[in-house]
Parts: sequence; structure tokens; C-alpha cells
Amino acid sequence: MTTAPAIELKGISKSFGPVHANKDISIRVMPGTIHGIIGENGAGKSTLMSILYGFYKADAGEIFISGQKTAIPDSQAAIAAGIGMVFQHFKLVENFTVLENVVLGAEDSGLLRPSLARARRELKALADEYELNVDPDAVVEDIGVGMQQRVEILKALYRRADILILDEPTGVLTPAEADHLFRILENLKREGKTIILITHKLREIMDATDTVSVMRRGEMTATVKTSETSPQKLAELMVGRKVLLQVEKAPAQVGKVILDVKNLNVTDEKGVHRVKEVNFNVRAGEILGIAGVSGNGQSELLEVLGGYEKGTGTITVNGQTIDLTGAKSDGRSRRERGIAHVPEDRQREGLIMDYHAWENVAFGYHHDPKYQRGMFMDNAAIKADTLEKMERFDVRPPDPRLAAKSFSGGNQQKIVLAREIERNPDLLLIGQPTRGVDIGAIEFIHQQIVALRDQGKAILLVSVELEEILALSDRIAVMFDGRIMGERLPQDTNEQELGMMMAGMNKGEAA
Amino acid sequence: MDLSTILQVLDSTVRLATPLLLACLAGLFSERAGIFDIGLEGKMLAAAFLSAAVAYTSGSAWVGLGAGIFASLLLSGIHGLASITFRGNQLISGVAINFLAAGLTVVVAQSWFGQGGRTPQLAGSARFEPITLPFADALREVPVLGPIYYELISGHTALVYIALLFVPLTWWVLYRTRFGLRLRAVGENPAAVDTAGISVVWLRYMAVLICGVLCGIAGAYLATALQASFVKDMSAGRGYIALAALIFAKWRPWYALYACLLFGFLQAFALRPDVIQTVFGFKVNAQLLDVLPYILTVIILAGFVGKAVPPRAGGQPYVKER
Repeated sequence: MTTAPAIELKGISKSFGPVHANKDISIRVMPGTIHGIIGENGAGKSTLMSILYGFYKADAGEIFISGQKTAIPDSQAAIAAGIGMVFQHFKLVENFTVLENVVLGAEDSGLLRPSLARARRELKALADEYELNVDPDAVVEDIGVGMQQRVEILKALYRRADILILDEPTGVLTPAEADHLFRILENLKREGKTIILITHKLREIMDATDTVSVMRRGEMTATVKTSETSPQKLAELMVGRKVLLQVEKAPAQVGKVILDVKNLNVTDEKGVHRVKEVNFNVRAGEILGIAGVSGNGQSELLEVLGGYEKGTGTITVNGQTIDLTGAKSDGRSRRERGIAHVPEDRQREGLIMDYHAWENVAFGYHHDPKYQRGMFMDNAAIKADTLEKMERFDVRPPDPRLAAKSFSGGNQQKIVLAREIERNPDLLLIGQPTRGVDIGAIEFIHQQIVALRDQGKAILLVSVELEEILALSDRIAVMFDGRIMGERLPQDTNEQELGMMMAGMNKGEAA
Repeated sequence: MDLSTILQVLDSTVRLATPLLLACLAGLFSERAGIFDIGLEGKMLAAAFLSAAVAYTSGSAWVGLGAGIFASLLLSGIHGLASITFRGNQLISGVAINFLAAGLTVVVAQSWFGQGGRTPQLAGSARFEPITLPFADALREVPVLGPIYYELISGHTALVYIALLFVPLTWWVLYRTRFGLRLRAVGENPAAVDTAGISVVWLRYMAVLICGVLCGIAGAYLATALQASFVKDMSAGRGYIALAALIFAKWRPWYALYACLLFGFLQAFALRPDVIQTVFGFKVNAQLLDVLPYILTVIILAGFVGKAVPPRAGGQPYVKER
């Protein structure tokens, strides 16, 4: 006798206006397995899971839970059907305690005390069973993201979830935390829980899942046993063509020091000391990669260099000191010194989402004489210039009149890159170059960064993706808690060592 | 300055703090749920008018109170519709309610009673009378404690005691009940509430309606207990002062009581320039004293009194996203 699938979706379709997010999707997830769903951004993974969790209503299709046809009109129905979801952006009340977050929505009665007492007992049992240790009285905003994620898992288990959906769970975790998460998932699987893991990281799929389904442009292109496939095959299925997973680059031709940072300190407006006594340099023709879990001072470092955060210390570019606090500590002065900046959060700092592509391309460089006609802006010239840049950077569609928000993540990033790189800077600051970018576009962006390096430019790369750091950098510095833990050459190190350094442990120098 | 003068000032502090307290707690419920409510003022004013008008017509202050709450609930419903269902701008909706109330009350009062936009004087059972607490008369002669009990604690209208009871009640609801937990959560992160399978819309409507009830009591108190009729613009900015007190109290019920007592004290002080003269030995312009609560409001709103962190989802309509 065959067991019924824990979840079976039949013919699920969903459109948002003209966009067909899910097209006739069918999938079977067997109980007690870890089932991966992989696909590029915008492939429809999140939409599909939102339908399963009752956030959206499918236009067509049926959902079967353990063989029973089940209607899931809202999240309440999903919870009742034993489905729990850990969202990419946690749905926690930050100033509540862990206990209050777990209990919220699953209270036993109108009064809180009995519910909280029962939850406290159950959390202890769950912690012992699954390595899910969290202090129940800690306030959520005071605990790390790894802990917060455990709270989300506990919330689902407290609601008696048998099926757990995790959406991009490792994006914010250190490698060690990610390993712990996968141990938890193994424990859950052993207890007979079913887990759906949504990710764009091929390695996680290969390491953790039993079965994997690939989505592309709203369609389910394949479901295969993980043991019978390879990262190359999966990448091909995702993109629809062969993809280079490795960045090809020649050895660096290193020149003189372009950027020199000495004793840099940054304290933010809340009085938190974000960057502590940081020293490093970047030479012409090389890429310095800064690795680290987000929130360890890399953002502030970029902001100071980019001219919109104040700091103390000495920074020289091409031998000239730059102003860190005074009138010349702004973006325009930085650009005049030959510094270009592709910020980490392109949607907040790199672009104005409601403005046209051509307006976005002019920002920061709007005083360029080429863009002026008398006392007015020469909009026609800007548009023509934008069109050229869009074509050179393969922005799709190449239409300067479209609003920035109507481009995909990868194309938005290409617009920012085109604006900054085409200015021929001596130093490029680039943060999270491929966050939220499709595999195809990642390839292109990496090639552009390497090409710029080969022209003899200095590049400071900040990324939380260790694979990206390892693939692109000529030297790697690791930041933890505002300090540089050490520098390594990519050929002399590996993910394990860098992961330890990212967690604040430094084997090499501790002895 | 003798004990009886101090007691008189404190006694009027309590009377003047009551409408502020009710409005402040009203705002607390609404804002804790993430709905900013600048329309406390308008709701109070509408409630003041309708309670006075109905109390005069029916001869019962309690019926008037019911009518006041009804008027306030109606405006709350509009605010809820605009800001929850239609996801409009909460400030604009609140301001609109204030304008609506300021204009409508006078126009309706004029056509109803023809007395220049006010209601007739209330007398007898059409007005809330002071209640003498048990033994107040008997204990009056006991030194110090007797006058405190008689003057300060006893001798207020029922609405004053109701307002004071709402402080522990609010605290209990907010921190000891399921409803309170969900209410606080929806003002901080509605997505967390939504994914937990609870209706954000229902919770926010409940909060807005509780806000309406409390504003209704506050307005009725103004016209049928503190004063004996409705007059144009009688809320006199109390809704805004209550909002300042709410920020001062950092959205917590007991602190709301203290903040409102402080504002009430300043208002009471302004009524007694003679006290200033005897205590400090110089004469202060009465208008200057009147301005004190408003100056304090400005100081609080300018952020001089520590950092107040409002509920994080405050003022933002909830739009479901993946």
C-alpha cells in the first residue's frame, strides 16, 4: 500500500493582473521528507506557498492534505490543516517576549496566564526534543536572527504543525547557524514532520533535501530525487540554459594603493559603536571582498565611504585625504574624488522606485554638463544616454521611460551598475551586488565587476554570500562586531574557516 | 497657604483631569492597535453636544451619556471605515472628523434650540450630580484625613470615578487578556497577527470602537458634569492635550493617569491666580497661566521629555503582502 502524500497540489493557477505567477502547478510532497523548491526570483515559489498558507486564493486548482481535499481560504484554515510557515521576513512582534509571540493567536482562553504557563511547559519539551533552545522570557528584538528563526519554528510546532514551510531560511544566518537549522530540520523529519524548503541556493538543496522541484516563470519544470541530480543540472532547469557557476577571471594585475583606511570608527545615531578601529587598503586592479553576517558593521563602512554617514579616522583615496565629518562628507564630493557606490539596498538607497529609469540614471550625476542645456536639464540627452547604457548593460526592457519599480531585481541592479560603472571611477564600492538577483543576471553582474577590475580599478565588495566573496575576491577581509577579524587569500582559505571568523572566532590569530 | 486651598486646587485638578484621562485612554486603545487618532477632539465635541441636547430633552443625564457615546461611536465608525477598510490616511480622516464636529455641533444646536449654537442650561437629573461617598460627612471633622476624604476623594460625579476605574481596567485588559495581547500585537506588527490566523480588521475596529465609547464618556462629562450645557468649541483642545499626555505616558495606562493629572493640575492652577500670588508673592497674568498646559504640550511633542517610541505599525494601513 502506498501512503498518501502529505501535500498534493493539483493544477494550481494564479494570476496578478496580466502576470501569470503560477501556471497549472501540480506537486506531491511525501510525508516525512524534506522537499526543496528551487527557482529564480519571480519564478512563483513564494506565490505557491502563499496559496498553500491561505494568504492568496488560487484562481484554479485543488489542495489535498494527507489525501483529503482541503480548502484553505485563510491562514487560520492552513494552521488547522497542520501547516506552519516560517517566512523569509519573520512575522514576530519585536517588543514581545518569545513566550508572548508563541502564544499569540493560539491562546487557550480569554485570560493570558494559563496560556502562557502551558506554553512555557511545551516550549521546554520542544527545546529538549529538537535542539530548539530559546529563552522564553527574552524580548524578541534583543535576540539574534538565528534565535528569532527558532521562535518562528516553535510557533509552528506549538500550533501542532505537521508540515513546515521555510521560505529562504538561511539568508540571514551564519554558516554555523545554518548548519544548526539543518540539524533541527533533520530532527523534525525523523519525528515524521514534512518540510518544504524554498531556496535559491543550490548547495542547500543538494545537502538537505530528499526531493527537489524546480520552478521557472510560474511553471513547475521538474521534480527529481536530489540524489539523482547535480547543481549544474538544477541550474540549467532553473534558468533554461547552461549557466557558468564559476566566475572566470585572470590573476589580478595589482597596482598602487587606491583606497587606504586607517583607524576608522563609526558610531551611529543611537550611540552604537558600529565600526571599530578598522584598517585596510584596496589597490588598483584588485577586488577586496568583505565577508560577514549582515549587521556587523559592513553597511556602516560602506555608508562612511559613500559619504552619508560620519566617522572618525583617516581615509585616503589616491593619496588624498577625504573629509569624514565636515562639509565635504557627502556623496557628490565622493563622486568628484572618483568613488562610485552601488549601495546594498538598491531599492532604498540606489534608486527611487517611482521615478523613471532615465531620471534614476541622472541622479547624483545631474550636474554633469552633458545633461545641462543652459539653466535647464536636457532631458532628451539624459534619455538618449540612458538608452545607450541600458543597451550596454543588457537591461530588459531597454526603455528609459519605465519606472524603476517595473524592472526585475536583476535589471534594477544593472541600471544602478550602469550609472556608476560608466562614470569610470577609480574606486567602486559595491554592496550585495546580487541580492535578489536571478542566476542569469548574477553571471552578468559578476562579469562586469571582474571586467572593471581588469581595467585597473579598485573594487571594495561587501557581500553576505560567502560563495560570492570566494568567487570574486582577490583578497578577503572578514568583519565581525565592527572589527576586521583578519584577511585571507581565497586560495588559502575555505568556507569553514571564513564561517568561524564570521562568528567571531579566529583560529589563526588566537593562538 | 492652608490645607483647604491646596485641597481646592487638587479637587479641581481631578475634575479637570477626568476628560483628559478618558480621551487619553481612548487614544491609547486606538493607537496601541495601530490607528492614530487625531480626532479625539472632534469625537469629544460631538459627544458633548449630543449628550447635553438629549439630557435636556429627556431630563436624564444617563440617557444623555448614552447619546454622547452614540455620537462618538458614529464618528469612530467613520474613522475606522476610512483608515481600516479603505486604508486612507489616518491624520486626514482625524482632521476631517474634527472639522465636521466643530461645524455640525453648532449648526445643529442652533436649529434645534435657537440659542446661538448652545444648548439650554441643564438642571436637576439632566446633569451628573456630585456623589457623597459613605461616611464623608461623619469623617469630615477628623483632622487632615477627614478633609482630604471629604473634599478630594468624595464629592465627584459618577463619571469621575468611572474614568479612574478605567485606568486599572485598561491595564488589565491590555496585559492580562488575550484581547489585549492581540491588540498590542496588531499595533506593532499586523503581519504577525495576520499570519497567526487572527483578523487584523476586526481587532482594529474593536480598538477604534472602544476609543469611541471612551471619547463619548469624555464628551458627556464636559457638557453634563463639568459644565451644565454645551457651548461652541467647549472641548477647547483637550483632545490634543490628551494626545500629548499619551505620548508623555509612552502609551501606558498608569502613566497616562499621571500625565493627565499633571495637565489637570496646570489647568486647575490657571483658575487660581490668587494662589500664585500668595505663594510666590507676585501677580501673574491669568492668560499666561491659561497657556501653561499648551506650552507643556508643545514641549512634550517636541520630544524634550525623553524618547517616546510609538507603536511601530501606527498610522500605517495594513496591506497584505507575501
